[in-house]
Amino acid sequence: MPTRANAHRQGRVSLSLCTKTEQSVNGAAACRGKGRGERNFLHPCGLRPTFVGRLGCCPAARETARSWRLRSDPLNLAGHARRRESVITTPNDASQHLPSTIVIGAGVIGLALAWRLAQAGCRVSVYDRGEAGHGASWAAAGMLAAAAETEPGEEALLSLTRESQRLWPEFARELEAATGLPVGYRDEGTLVVALNRDDAETLRHSYEFQRRLGLDLQWLSAFEARRREPHLKPGVAAAVFSPADHQVDNRCLAHALVAACRGAGVALYEHCAVREVLFAGGRAAGVATERGDARADIVVLAAGAWSREIAGIPPAHLPPVRPIKGQMLALQMDPRAPLLRHVVWAPRSYMVPRSDGRLIVGGTVEERGFDTALTAGGMLALLEGAWRAVPAIEELPIAETWVGFRPGSRDDAPMLGPSGIDGLAVATGHHRNGILLTPVTAALMSAYVLSDRLSQLARPFDPRRFAAPGVSGQAEAAQ
Amino acid sequence: MSDPLLIAGTALNSRLFLGTAGYPNQQVMLDALEASGAELATMSIRRISLDGYSGSLVDLLGDRVRLLPNTSGCVTARDAILTAELAREALETDWVKLELIGDRETLYPDVEQLVPAADELVRKGFVVLPYCNDDPVTCQKLADVGCAAVMPLGSLIGSGRGLANPAAIELICARSPVPVVLDAGIGTASDAALAMELGCDAVMVNTAIARSHDPRRMAAAMRAAVEAGRLARLAGRIPERLFAEPSSPQLGLVGS
Repeated sequence: MPTRANAHRQGRVSLSLCTKTEQSVNGAAACRGKGRGERNFLHPCGLRPTFVGRLGCCPAARETARSWRLRSDPLNLAGHARRRESVITTPNDASQHLPSTIVIGAGVIGLALAWRLAQAGCRVSVYDRGEAGHGASWAAAGMLAAAAETEPGEEALLSLTRESQRLWPEFARELEAATGLPVGYRDEGTLVVALNRDDAETLRHSYEFQRRLGLDLQWLSAFEARRREPHLKPGVAAAVFSPADHQVDNRCLAHALVAACRGAGVALYEHCAVREVLFAGGRAAGVATERGDARADIVVLAAGAWSREIAGIPPAHLPPVRPIKGQMLALQMDPRAPLLRHVVWAPRSYMVPRSDGRLIVGGTVEERGFDTALTAGGMLALLEGAWRAVPAIEELPIAETWVGFRPGSRDDAPMLGPSGIDGLAVATGHHRNGILLTPVTAALMSAYVLSDRLSQLARPFDPRRFAAPGVSGQAEAAQ
Repeated sequence: MSDPLLIAGTALNSRLFLGTAGYPNQQVMLDALEASGAELATMSIRRISLDGYSGSLVDLLGDRVRLLPNTSGCVTARDAILTAELAREALETDWVKLELIGDRETLYPDVEQLVPAADELVRKGFVVLPYCNDDPVTCQKLADVGCAAVMPLGSLIGSGRGLANPAAIELICARSPVPVVLDAGIGTASDAALAMELGCDAVMVNTAIARSHDPRRMAAAMRAAVEAGRLARLAGRIPERLFAEPSSPQLGLVGS
């Protein structure tokens, strides 16, 4: 079991968080938590009879739910968005028609989806091989940057990122109201700084591209940039201010989503890896976990960079997602006198100031599979990049270092909706944008699960866009 | 009109080589690759995993294009040779673009180490394409140790400043016994066309495409520029003159 200590913590952060960070950020083998019960909110899912009973609900209800799905067109194995006879009409009537759902992966995507489905009245179970919210969700920086991060070729993604950006403030309010837990939403905006002539030319190049897309960005002189952030190095060449690119504390978000799920009646199984998706009659019917099988009408694969490790799914229908390694670190500022207030992008690293004084510095982008090594070069690049923009960071203690794995798709856009096999949906591939896209993903995917239709906004992100030519939607699902 | 480029006995129909780094995402890179018509793509061995896991660069490019692994990031001959051997084993190609960097700020080649490293790789059976200075003597020495082509820089890597010394490039092309591939510094299509007009056998482009506002379109532009430059070179440019020479006859005008 790979247990390399990546999260070298130097005080200030609670020890229990430390160990958990190590285990899940590493992607270490699942289900290491047996006997670890540091937290009581784990469901006692160690005993198989209890476990199955818990999931099964009463047989009659299960039968009703099943028949709802079986009434669908038998030709509709591809999961095409075809209108079916059974459409939810009224909330009262709905309860007996709502599909029970299993979500694989308790990252912010899986949790937010589970929360929405439970709010709609569905019976939802979420499985994670580690602790909930401790994969890429934990490793992220929480930037909600639809504007400043837009690159050529990603114009289609912009409609989705901007919609999610629009949803974020209300999503944060709703989540905080439901749980009483803060998510650290901050709206100071983002500064992208150029430190020399070459940087300024590069910044101008991307600024012109982004402005052409209609994004609200402001070109700042060096004077204006330093007025906003006085700790930027003297002699900074220029900056771009993006007022709409806010931030959220992704770790608080993960905690709040766990609480919201529990509050809404979601059955959350941590340290309980899904081994395999089960099929019956050509459609997904449930999952086999380390502690027994569970059945549901719909299975949603939301396991991030690890989504291809779930057995049972025919290879042609596995979402083409790959791990994109990121090294990160956190410095500790004095929360009463933070060095920065905005999210700051320097040419070689970015800095995200948290309200508790942590300054997140990220992030390398490495195509190295699930390589968990923190490297001298990676840390040097982050620190040097940050230091060149904000020299005062050299005084700060290092609070934490870690490695995470972004779930990357070929076009850097997520995969949302049908897998090509009936009963199996996909919500992964969010790459750098998982935190940003959480509200919109939860909204689109819960609508998809409830209606079996993909909304207009989600269609460009249909996972089947990557299907190899010749792979029909008519999957020969494993039995 | 077939006009293949021959390197180490292998015929390439496209004279444009593409780098695969720095694109906004893989799909844009694949689209650019297709638009460019390139048959050879470089990849940095030290910066990526060679495992070929699903969705990795190796997995993605393996069937589409001939891979030219490079030793980017290497600063000693020993590193470069080890990296080349690693690439040969993982990618099953004995072609290597040999990069030995002597200075991090300019990314200039370290020619002192380059020639013996190239020599050793050739002896080990590699098809070696070295990234080198725009210096006819260095290029000659590299050809002498058996390199399959030479890849002189146009200007600094990633600078987009075009051909800093066109006269030197022309000289190298005129004397080189092996194909000359212009590497580094291309900023836009006219740079690529100029390189071909000067006699280069091929052009290598990465940043100019990857970082443009529309990489697919820039890839198509580079393809057209390389083809145009090559055709112009083969057609033979006219001599430059100081004064005008009318293209129509001056004598026998109607009414004179």
